[in-house]
Amino acid sequence: MNDVTRTDALSSAERIVPLAISARGLAKQFGDVRAVDGIDLDVPRGMIFAILGPNGAGKTTLMRMLATLAKPDAGSAAVMGHDLVAAPHEVRASIAMTGQFASLDEDLTGRENLLMLARLWGFRGRAAKARADDLLAAFELSDAAQKQVKAYSGGMRRRLDIAASLIVTPSVLFLDEPTTGLDPNARQAVWRMIRALAGGGVTILLTTQYMDEADQLAARIAVIDRGRKIAEGTSRELKAATGSGCLHVALADPSRIEDAIQVLQSRLGDVQRGREGAELLIMTSTTKQANDALAALVAADIELAHFSMGSPSLEEVFFALTGDGARVDEIKEIA
Amino acid sequence: MSDTGITMKHELDMVQRPAAPSALSNALVFGWRAVLKFKHVPEQLFDLVMTPIMFTLLFTFVFGGALAGTPRDYLQFFLPGILVQTVCFNAVYSGMGLSTDLGKGLFDRFRSLPIWSLAPFAGLIVGDILRHLIAGAIILTIGLILGYRPEAGIVGVLPAFALLFAIGFGMGWIFIVLGLLIRTPMTVMTFGFTFLFPLVFASNLMVDPATMPGWLRAFVEVNPVSLMATAMRGLMGGGATAGDIGLALIAPVVLTLTLAPVTLWLYRRQ
Repeated sequence: MNDVTRTDALSSAERIVPLAISARGLAKQFGDVRAVDGIDLDVPRGMIFAILGPNGAGKTTLMRMLATLAKPDAGSAAVMGHDLVAAPHEVRASIAMTGQFASLDEDLTGRENLLMLARLWGFRGRAAKARADDLLAAFELSDAAQKQVKAYSGGMRRRLDIAASLIVTPSVLFLDEPTTGLDPNARQAVWRMIRALAGGGVTILLTTQYMDEADQLAARIAVIDRGRKIAEGTSRELKAATGSGCLHVALADPSRIEDAIQVLQSRLGDVQRGREGAELLIMTSTTKQANDALAALVAADIELAHFSMGSPSLEEVFFALTGDGARVDEIKEIA
Repeated sequence: MSDTGITMKHELDMVQRPAAPSALSNALVFGWRAVLKFKHVPEQLFDLVMTPIMFTLLFTFVFGGALAGTPRDYLQFFLPGILVQTVCFNAVYSGMGLSTDLGKGLFDRFRSLPIWSLAPFAGLIVGDILRHLIAGAIILTIGLILGYRPEAGIVGVLPAFALLFAIGFGMGWIFIVLGLLIRTPMTVMTFGFTFLFPLVFASNLMVDPATMPGWLRAFVEVNPVSLMATAMRGLMGGGATAGDIGLALIAPVVLTLTLAPVTLWLYRRQ
């Protein structure tokens, strides 16, 4: 556990807005595996909240419990003030969920999928058709409306799946890895839609394996590993703990690598050698530090082939939070 | 793509939930889905149409003469039975469909909707009944062409079809439960037919059990499929008693009363 980043839920002073989700000690066990091992979560209304973690961390199980799809073994939670166990029907009336695997009928067309759901929600006749057509237009699927979903691309499926969650505007929308497996364009499109929804007042809880996705979208991020929350905070708070980013430098002359390591270590601390011979990686907490380090390299007459500054990857975040190198390798293997 | 921000606005006007639909309306939506499946997956219609045609023709012309003197005499005995057999076999398909759906994320969506929990199953049953109706009509038509005559006339045929739907409805629960338990549709089919073949063949559905060994005859006499076939013959040929019909309905009623709660429990447990 890292002491810079708080793992506790929001303090009461921060609760200006009422909570959309409030969970205490949620736990779920599958056989011997504690998929979720006592998680507290407070999500204010109208916020995009990200759950960040590697595969198998318990993200999906946590979300399925909050969406009433799995019963918790221990703990309690309320969604929009309704208790998960005591009032599941009320919870379902205020949420929608888009799972990791498209929850669509592949044999039906996109429009038929939306029509079916609109009718299940209680829209009749023309109102159901109008709702389906509106959503198709909003998600740029009008051209594919009459095609069977099995002919859709990954990005189109994901968009239709999210549209299917919005037949009735939910108070809380659960998105389980909304962009996993999408190409960069499709990913951007989904991000835009998520932001637009949040702009409309929908609370969004999303899971992701990507630090930059959490960073781009979420006001708060909970980092989860092996069923436990290991950190929670705003993107800025997490970065204060993990470093705002990772500075990569590649030397023009590989023989100077020891000199470069010395210069960088004196200013920024731990230096990692990259997989390529003359590449170095350094975690930094500010761009100023990075800038100073680059200036020092120039002053020492060490020429750079190139340099770049990027968001820390999930592995780097985990390394910073847990300091557990073995765990990082494990996560790399899974990813 | 670039105008997403603009188009989203229109759709984002918070859309409120309309008045909650009735359980029946939910079930009908799932029934509509079953009908759409016929449209989009016409392969399943091929099975549905060809299997009963094949069975009726093969049994009538291959075994009919040997079993009853002439194919036509056999048909008179066999046709009500093949209706029962077809309905039992058809019920396997909804279990397979369910298993397919559960393997994907579709049922998660249904389960996170505030709808009557049993509605998706009611929809499967609507689909089943349509299948039974189509297959039953085909068999009856072929039978009539080949010389089958329901002696009780239309007054017998209509209640016979009603009984047929009740049988299909009851048998359907077995395969819905299998579909919920087994994640591979092919395994559902293998299990289903392994269970159905002895049940259907060791009955009076195809032949008079008089020549069977005593131990088998004892089973055949209490086999629910025999009771169903007897009642169907009685209704279509005239002379069915209330007792016959009551006996035929025991299995469907017991199956419904025991397996519907099991279905709900399995569904909610996941």
